[in-house]
Amino acid sequence: MENVLEVKNLVVDIRTQKGIIHAVRDVSFSLRQGETLAVVGESGCGKSMTMKAVMQILPKNARITDGQVLFHGKDLSKYSDRRMEKLRGSDISMIFQDPMTSLNPTMKIGKQIEEVLKLHRKEMTPDERRKRVVELLDLVGISNPETRYGQYPHQLSGGQRQRVDIAMALACDPDVLIADEPTTALDVTIQAQILDLMRELQKKVRTSIIIITHNLGVVANIADRVAVMYGGKIVETGDVRDIFYSPAHEYTKALLDSIPGAGDKERLHPIPGTPPGLMKPPAGCPFAARCRQTMEVCEKFMPDFYDQGTAHRAACWMLDPRAKEA
Amino acid sequence: MARYIVKRLIYIVVTLWVITTCTFFLMKKLPGTPFDPERFASMPQAQQEKVLEMYGLNDPVPVQYVKYLGNMLRGDLGTSFTYVNQPVTGIITSRLGPSFLIGAQAVLIGLAIGLILGILAAWHHNSGIDAITMIIAVLGVSVPNFVMAALLQYFVGLKWGILPIGFWTNWKCSILPTIALSFSATAMVARFMRTEMLDVLNQDYIVTAKAKGLSQMRILMFHAIRNSIIPVVTILGPIVINLMTGSLAVESVYSIPGIGSLFVDCIKGNDYPVIMGITVFYASFYMLVILLVDIIYSLIDPRIRLSKEQED
Repeated sequence: MENVLEVKNLVVDIRTQKGIIHAVRDVSFSLRQGETLAVVGESGCGKSMTMKAVMQILPKNARITDGQVLFHGKDLSKYSDRRMEKLRGSDISMIFQDPMTSLNPTMKIGKQIEEVLKLHRKEMTPDERRKRVVELLDLVGISNPETRYGQYPHQLSGGQRQRVDIAMALACDPDVLIADEPTTALDVTIQAQILDLMRELQKKVRTSIIIITHNLGVVANIADRVAVMYGGKIVETGDVRDIFYSPAHEYTKALLDSIPGAGDKERLHPIPGTPPGLMKPPAGCPFAARCRQTMEVCEKFMPDFYDQGTAHRAACWMLDPRAKEA
Repeated sequence: MARYIVKRLIYIVVTLWVITTCTFFLMKKLPGTPFDPERFASMPQAQQEKVLEMYGLNDPVPVQYVKYLGNMLRGDLGTSFTYVNQPVTGIITSRLGPSFLIGAQAVLIGLAIGLILGILAAWHHNSGIDAITMIIAVLGVSVPNFVMAALLQYFVGLKWGILPIGFWTNWKCSILPTIALSFSATAMVARFMRTEMLDVLNQDYIVTAKAKGLSQMRILMFHAIRNSIIPVVTILGPIVINLMTGSLAVESVYSIPGIGSLFVDCIKGNDYPVIMGITVFYASFYMLVILLVDIIYSLIDPRIRLSKEQED
């Protein structure tokens, strides 16, 4: 299958008053046509920054300092602002974490969706646009789309707003949809509905999806493949089954252990410690300080990726053949 | 909406009545009379009474009050004591012209320049234009308008002789007072707009707009400005009222026959009908502007509803 999106050795630095934060450190991954990739990791591990770099909507003080973002083979990091504007919302679109704040409060929701069409589908007449918006609202499961068209965000519930966000992102049938924690701000029953909707829509429109989350339940529910991020790096990638049934990286294992099981009477199993500060990232494996199996080498050198089967790779010294001797 | 406005108008009438009553009785407690005490005392008793009767001042105060209210309802605010035989409404409207002209011009200039500066400063945060805006904002708020008026008068009017001062003959005469008056409004609007805009530019929906592929210009025009202008509308009420009801300081620096100076003169002279007239006028103007601001507010911000009937 063709890679729609390929990120190679991406480095993103954020300049702050206290110094440079190395938010994304040498991240590579690819996304194939029609698949769903989940990017998992705790807060501040660089998930969102990576995706914002792909879209080139990084905050003013953040910059891609190295690496490539290949979209259908073309390097987006070399694109001018104008070319990126044409691409955003049309070929790659993004939905955000908090639907309560991600819509403009003073603009009718119909108009907000229509804006995308106005920008990227210039050949459409106003009537066609309006029809398409109503169609989209219907597609994402909003009842009475005609009435909703003229309503403002505050007249909709959180779940409905997230549906509007999704409608907006899908308006131009993008090749890639990036969803940045799309369910985190929603209540649990609504979370399930939104995930169902995304799965259903993916079947219909064949968009490739990248979903950023720290919720492993979401991953199991929707993803084909998983990339686990820690300390600004990807530490393990693989099919969703590999990750859940044979995790290779110590961090992934600890993460899976920390999920409370149903009927679990025991206490929670948190991962002790805190993630490393990325102002001065550790030279070795970023997880070394919290790892149950730390060896001397872990703190000094960053491990390479070790293949664990087809398309399952992890960067952990434990996987090195020499580790057994130590 | 219509029902809400009618309700507000009824409140305005009630408030107006309370204000009229308070002012009327307080005014009567003011020391002194409308007449020159020495000349009044030198008049024979009969003549004194005749004068008092002519101005309706020999009745007990409550009776005067009822009479005044009755006349007011008929739109008659009485005649001035100092400007003999001139109806109060006429005096007020003739003095209102200059004050309104300067005030309205100052509001427009303050709003236009203030908004532009505020938007530019926020858009180019921490740049030169941002610094200049903040300097203007601090100066505009801290330098009183009469100092500004005096400086402009001295340099532009006297030293360079570019614009007329001390006359009130044509429109040119209104330029300097307008500038002096608009300075503080510019500063306030600029500072408010800048703060709001900085806040709005950090909102999630701006990132959403960017992710939709909107250009910087479109984000600014269609998403940022409208949302940042909402709080600015709230300070618009006080600004309009301050500037349009006549600034005594600026009017006296430029010898403008405005309503600010009229108000002070009539209080000094115990000109009861004019005091009452201006008070009633100020109060109504104030409340109408506030109502107008509330209506504009609800038009810009859909989250604010003026009445329950709009709810679904």
